[in-house]
Amino acid sequence: MPEPLVSEPLVAVQDVSKSFDIRASGRVRALDGVSFELGRGETLGLVGESGCGKSTLARTLLRLERPDSGSVRFAGVDPFTLAGKELLAWRRRVQMVFQDPFDSLNARMTASEIVAEPWLTHRAMYPSARERTARVQELFDLVGLRRGDADRYPSEFSGGQRQRLGIARALALQPDLVVCDEPVSALDLSVQSQVLNLLAELQQRLGVSYLFISHDLSVVRHVADRVVVMYLGRIVESGPTEQVFERPRHPYTAALLSAAPSLDRAARTERIVLEGEIPSPLDPPSGCRFRTRCWRATDVCADEAPPLVGSPHVADDDHGAACHHPLLADPDTLVATP
Amino acid sequence: MTAPPDTETALEVSDLCVDIHTPDGTLRAVDAVSFTASRGETLALLGESGCGKSMTARAVAGLLDPVAEAAGTVRLAGVDLLAADERTRRAKAGPEIAIVFQDALTALNPVYPVGTQLAEPFRIHRGLSRRAARQAAVELMERVGIPEPQVRADNYPHQFSGGMRQRLLIAMAVALQPRVLIADEPTTALDVTVQAQIMQLLRDLRSEHRMALVLITHDLPLVAEEADRVAVMYAGSVVETGPVDEVFADPRHPYSKGLLDSVPDGGPRDEPLRSIPGVPPELHAIPTGCVFHDRCSLARDRCRAERPPLAELGSGTRRTACFYPDEVPNA
Repeated sequence: MPEPLVSEPLVAVQDVSKSFDIRASGRVRALDGVSFELGRGETLGLVGESGCGKSTLARTLLRLERPDSGSVRFAGVDPFTLAGKELLAWRRRVQMVFQDPFDSLNARMTASEIVAEPWLTHRAMYPSARERTARVQELFDLVGLRRGDADRYPSEFSGGQRQRLGIARALALQPDLVVCDEPVSALDLSVQSQVLNLLAELQQRLGVSYLFISHDLSVVRHVADRVVVMYLGRIVESGPTEQVFERPRHPYTAALLSAAPSLDRAARTERIVLEGEIPSPLDPPSGCRFRTRCWRATDVCADEAPPLVGSPHVADDDHGAACHHPLLADPDTLVATP
Repeated sequence: MTAPPDTETALEVSDLCVDIHTPDGTLRAVDAVSFTASRGETLALLGESGCGKSMTARAVAGLLDPVAEAAGTVRLAGVDLLAADERTRRAKAGPEIAIVFQDALTALNPVYPVGTQLAEPFRIHRGLSRRAARQAAVELMERVGIPEPQVRADNYPHQFSGGMRQRLLIAMAVALQPRVLIADEPTTALDVTVQAQIMQLLRDLRSEHRMALVLITHDLPLVAEEADRVAVMYAGSVVETGPVDEVFADPRHPYSKGLLDSVPDGGPRDEPLRSIPGVPPELHAIPTGCVFHDRCSLARDRCRAERPPLAELGSGTRRTACFYPDEVPNA
């Protein structure tokens, strides 16, 4: 694999679409023209409700789904062209932390076997048993597990400890990218912040990039440098986290932020409660897919799918929204018509 | 949150204990829990998994598993449901206490059309004819916001989305206009925009029927926005209770404070989140003395030896089970 240029993003996804055949009922467009970049050492938050395509996107990055069209580049290389040794080498660089630490660890393996298992495939990394044992201990230290727990089974650990184990396993191959799919949503609040702090600390020390998928907006706000908001297979908004959260431009983002409860109830402005539910992805609305629930929709929204673009009033805008009638700096427009 | 709650107490739970009999001995899942809920108000039972909040709800609703045994009193409109015989309990609690569960798909019967299931309470408790009960069910579906209820009544649960299924469960729960509606994590499985719709529906129904809403959840922001009062539970006990605004602004139990500090609520990103060290105890290993002492930075010898009672704080609307409530703000 060629050495990447410094300026090159770790991951570049360009216009990726993916659909699935659903027997008898047609085709679901799970991803429709999705583009984004993810830099080295960066955390990209991926936000959206069930069925928006988050998981298909994650699976595409892991090379578990092949896009119908569009391109995926990993440090300049298309992983879908790789085979054999090159593919094996690439796989090492992308790892995953799963949502449920109760289902994603083999109950019949000890903690140290779980962490060392990836090296059975990637044998060249730590050829001798002594190296492997030493490295398992280092990984235990790194994620805050006790070395003495190496021979215990997953059932003997609490949820938070299991998630630490899942993180240690993901880091065993020294990946460049870790896809975190709802990594704390199965954990209790008091434990959740321990794991979030661990992920942040590991990123600082190892320079790893995260694709962080979560339905919990306050968690994404805390961990992500940039955020991508999806609705029915499309990106509706993307940009630096603070900008997106403070000044959302797409009505869906605004509604999503407004719907999430906040501890500070005094700070709550009038809540936008969306009508209806997400339409079926089998038969999505024409034009803008959000228009059927949008209070700003006009005729053009039904005719034309809006492109994801920055504001014309901002030079080199890295905050984009796919909307014909974006909410701009005017706070009054954030109040929904009932 | 909305109109001031009535003072009429709908539900009074005192010294509720739930013991679970297992082959390895008896475990106490709920330990001397007391609270009241008034008509028209929302009381939140807040806690993490395993703290006993759902077990409390099930004991109140009379839905405990046979291996679990409840003691104490659960008073509903003057009748102690735990002391009453089965017939009295059914006649009383059936129409007066309703419960909405988290997982609407498993709570509905998959082999009957939803209209038939919704008609059931009307047939059993009101003695309505098949036809009249169905009409009542359709009206109820309309009230909870299900489009085309006349047609949808013939559909089966799997033909509804998660949000619509939760609406069906709520419809079934409020069918007989209960005094007390217990909602056990009613929105945990739902997307956030759907959660907002469901909470709005629950709020509206609460006001319409002057119900006491007991909201069981682990979600602090949800409690902040929806509840009038809160009881914070930990390891089977209520550790702090009072008006939500006061408890959340100035918690006086170290556990409540630790939970509130753990919420990532727009704080600076470069600072680590605060967390509570350790993990909640298992039921068979609940600490002696204060249940929280092994995770508490204020703990001292007295906390390890003696269990602090849930004692009144100042004005009398708040209580905390901590010996050193004045030190909590600086902990």
